[in-house]
Order: sequence, then C-alpha cells, then structure tokens
Amino acid sequence: MGKDVQGRRDFMGMALGGFTALGGLGALYAMKRSWDPLPSVKAAGFTTIDLSAAQENVLNIEKWRGKPIFVLKKTKDMKPDDRDIVIGSDRFHVSIGLCTHLGCIPAYLPDKRKFLCACHGGEFDTSGHQIFGPPPSPLEIPPFKIEGTKLVLGEAGPEFQKMLDAGLTV
Amino acid sequence: MAKFEKANSVNEWLDQRLAVETLKRVLSTEYWIPKDINFLWAMGMVLAATFGVLLISGIFLLMYYKPDANLAFDSVNYVIMSEVGYGWLWRHIHGVGASVVFLIIYIHMFTGIYYGSYKKGRELIWLSGMLLFVAFSAEAFSGYMLPWGQMSYWAGMVITNLFSGGSLEAYGLVEWIRGDYVPGDAFLTRFFMLHVLLIPLVIIGLIVLHFGSLRIPHVNNQEGAEIDFEEAAELYKAGKKKESKVIPFNPVFLSKDVFVMGVYFILFFYLVFYHFNFAMDPVNFDPADGLMTPAHIYPEWYFLWSYEILRPFPKDPGLIAFGIAQAALFFLPFIDRSPNVAPAHKRGLFFVWFWVLIVDMIVLTVLGKLPPEGIFNTLGTVAAVIFLLLGPALIVITKFEKKL
Ligand code: HEM
Ligand code: FES
Repeated sequence: MGKDVQGRRDFMGMALGGFTALGGLGALYAMKRSWDPLPSVKAAGFTTIDLSAAQENVLNIEKWRGKPIFVLKKTKDMKPDDRDIVIGSDRFHVSIGLCTHLGCIPAYLPDKRKFLCACHGGEFDTSGHQIFGPPPSPLEIPPFKIEGTKLVLGEAGPEFQKMLDAGLTV
Repeated sequence: MAKFEKANSVNEWLDQRLAVETLKRVLSTEYWIPKDINFLWAMGMVLAATFGVLLISGIFLLMYYKPDANLAFDSVNYVIMSEVGYGWLWRHIHGVGASVVFLIIYIHMFTGIYYGSYKKGRELIWLSGMLLFVAFSAEAFSGYMLPWGQMSYWAGMVITNLFSGGSLEAYGLVEWIRGDYVPGDAFLTRFFMLHVLLIPLVIIGLIVLHFGSLRIPHVNNQEGAEIDFEEAAELYKAGKKKESKVIPFNPVFLSKDVFVMGVYFILFFYLVFYHFNFAMDPVNFDPADGLMTPAHIYPEWYFLWSYEILRPFPKDPGLIAFGIAQAALFFLPFIDRSPNVAPAHKRGLFFVWFWVLIVDMIVLTVLGKLPPEGIFNTLGTVAAVIFLLLGPALIVITKFEKKL
C-alpha cells in the first residue's frame, strides 16, 4: 500500500475521531441538562407565613420548596441568639427542618427544649445549633424577608443578608 | 458466499450457519469443572436463576405500575395487590427475590474469599463479581423507591444526601441527581428508568463478563489445587471418568447445580407463600410524606453493615469510612499478598481474619437495625473501627504467610 494512501487513511481516521468526540461531548452536555431540575420546579416560588398566631414553645411546621420549615416562637427564658428572627418583642427560630447530617426531620421535644433526630441521634438546641451527635453544622435558615408580622420565604431580605454575611447560615 | 452443503437436520442447518456445535463444546460440554468442589459452587447458578425470577416477576409488575408520584403508591398497594389476578404473587416473588439474592451473593462472595478464588488469574472474576454487587445494590435501591412509601421517600432523601460530600456541601449535585430540591416526581421517574432498563442491561452485560472471565482460569476447587485441565479432559474423554479430576459442565455438573437450585427454590417459594413479610417493611405501607420522618430510618438488611459504618462517626469521617468500606473489597486480590491459593483453614492467621470479618459484618448488621443510643453507639464505633483495620491487617497477615 502506498504511503500517501496511508496518510489519507490517517487523516480520515482523525477527522472521524474528532467529529465523534465533538458529538459525544455535545451528547453528554444534553444528557446532563436533561437531568437538571425543570424550570417549573426551580420557579416553585415563594411561601408567605404569618407569625402573629404562633404560640411559645410550640413548633409549627410549614412547607417551602417541598421542605419542612421549622417555626418556633421562643419563650422569654430561652437563650437569645443572633440567628433569631426578631419581630417587635418576639423572637423566633426559623429554619429548614432537615437535619444537617443526612436530611431526616428532627422532632421537637418541648419539655427538653431541643430537637432530636431519630436517624442517627443528632440533637439541636432551640437556636438550631448542633449539640450532640453527627450533625456538623446548625440547622439552615431559609432566605427570608420580613413584612410586618409575615415572613416571605425564598426572598433574601436585609436581616437574612446580615446573617448570611456573618456566616450564621449557608 | 461460502459453499453450503444440504443439511440433514435442524441442528446441522444451524451448525453450518452459526457454528452451534463449536459453541456448545466450548461453553458447555467441554467446559471442564473440577470434581473436588461442594454445593457452595452452585451458588453462582443459583444467583443466575434468581436473577431470571426477578426479571420475570418484574415484567408482570411493570404492566400495572405507574411511575408518578401521585399514582405510584396506589398502583402498587391497591391495584397490583388486590385487583390484578395474582398480582400479589409477582410482588411477593419480587420482594423476596430481591432480599434473598443478597443472602446468596454474600454466601457466594465469602465462598470466593474462603477458598482464595480471587487470586492470580482469577482477578477479573472477582472484579466483575464486585461490579455485579454494586449493580445489584443500585438495582435494589432504585426498586425500593418505586412504591413511593415513607421508607422509599426517606431512604431516597438520606442516600442522595450522601452525594453532598459532607463539608463539600455539593447541594447542586444532590439537586441535580434528584431533579428537584427534594425527592419528587422527576426523582421517581428517573429511578424508574434506572430500575427497569439501564441497570438491568448493565447487570446482564456484567453477568456475561463474569462468566467469560471464568472460562480460561476455570473455577477453583476445595484444595486450591492447580489442575492440568487438558490432561484431565483427555482422560475423561478417553472414558477414564473415575481417574479424571474433572467433569464436563453440561450435563454432569449442571445436573448437580439443578439439584441445589431445586432445594433452594423449595425454600424460596416457602418464603414467598408463607413468610414474605420480612421483605416488606411495614413503614413503607404509609404513602410518602415529605413533612414527616419515620421514627427510625434504616435500610434493608443487606445494607445495614455499611450503614452502621457511616453512623457512629461525625459527618465527614463517617462519609470517608463509608466510602472506604464500599470500595475496600474490590481490592482484595491486590491487598492479599500471599501467593497461596488454598482454603482458609490451611492459611494460618488468614483463617482467623476470615472469621473476624464475618463476625464483624454480622455485628454491624445487627447494630444497624438498633436505635443509635448508649451502649449500641459504643459497640457500633468499635465494630466499624475493626472493619476498617481489617484491610491493613490483611496486608500484614498475608505478607508473612508461610508459602504452602
Ligand atoms: C448476581 C450476580 C452473580 C452471578 C449471576 C454470578 C455467577 C457466577 C457463576 C455461575 C460462577 C461459577 C460457579 C461458582 O463458582 O459458583 C461464579 C463464580 C465466581 N463468582 Fe460470581 N456471580 C455473581 C456475583 C458475584 C459477586 C458479587 C462476587 C464477589 C465479588 C462474585 C465472585 C465470584 C468468584 C470469585 C467466582 C469464582 C469461584 C471459583 O473459582 O471457585 N460473583 N459466579
Ligand atoms: S440525619 Fe440526623 S443525625 Fe443523621
């Protein structure tokens, strides 16, 4: 076989290989995008919760983006914390109710004034700080904006921004 | 075209076109199996048969199952269980099969470890076997999502959260895997796809590879003896069946396999008809609820040992320990430094190592089911640390093992 024939085969091989690789990359990108959350899921917007009816030391669970949201009105003798949401003279603990270990919903024990996660025994205090077990970080605070006695979840107001900047939540 | 003679039988006709006679010889009638093996060597074919049963029962479940977060629960618990004629039978076969297949896989794996069947020449058998274990685990997990009960939802939540990588906080990856912030419809339908198509295809491919990787090294035997298969085969074919150390896979060995399978399936169907409850978690008979975690979340029994390695540690070390535990067994052929292919009871300390491994895994399995409190926490930590130390221990033990 002549040398130039060999050269032509090499060229065709490389051209074919190049286009195949290009197509393969494109296909991978399309596959990655097909697994992304749909726009409708991402837009699943904002939840407004009213805090005026809350009772002290009683945990309310709301729903935002499919996740449970803890709302706990603190009693006066509970330790205040920078993570509290303050409305008038009331302090609230508001957090995403998923254990920061692996995402179970901790239960609130009103007598012991703490959250207990049944999955692997993690515990949090009434400000959401981890006090026992595997959870590595405090319960997360969802983006919120205060509007009177109402809270809009999903929107980052100045109070939330301050907590975020201070590294009190992620 | 090649020249074809007139065929005198269907077999001959096929042979001319597909070389079926050669295939039959290479893959069955002259695929030689050592005589010196026991019933544990039938576990491979028992696994293959169980996979077949899972496939058939799955096909029937597929006809009424609805992969939709609103419809899935009822399509299983109402339609299949009480409307479809014998629907309950397919479901119980599928559930019991999924549980029992892991018991047999573990027996099959530990047989391989005991007799040193993963060593020189047989590494690929071991590696393809471990890939099968991973694929079966993924298949079992994805299948567990489908009834969309409380355990489906929360197991899905906890397991997908593992991909956040602890302090790496890769929540984007977790949401990408789920297609949502929490497990939802997109999550259910993609795991449905994985369970009924992609993973079964992978499993079938891996079984072919596993069988293929057995053909040249042949299966091991009870003494780990190196057999001259060609010589032994000549003896057998010359009619000296008594003197030969081997028998053909088909029909001689296969008939023994089928006998063991017979005993196995009697037990299997006893479980299907009278004791299916162990494979049906009662918590999963409540529909999925994202606002209520069940009191205890635990996986099916076959994942408990690795779950218990995750549990006693803080988050990051727990994840690392878990990762090591998942991957460790893959490396067995390479961390066992001894050239001896022999049963464990002839390998000194290795014998002790083997039983410590088994007992430790059983202890981890039992603890995984108990609530994570007090003394169980301590025991769990000890058992998990022992498991992690068994790897380095094996390197040392086998390094100093006497050559047989
Ligand atoms: C469902 C999946 C599997 C199927 C269908 C399967 C099937 C088989 C069959 C038919 C054999 C030959 C007969 C025997 O020795 O039992 C075999 C041998 C073997 N398998 Fe598997 N297997 C599976 C999973 C595994 C796993 C998870 C491992 C471990 C990592 C494994 C490791 C081995 C080894 C080491 C041998 C060689 C045994 C010897 O040479 O004595 N297999 N397998
Ligand atoms: S998920 Fe809460 S402690 Fe593990």
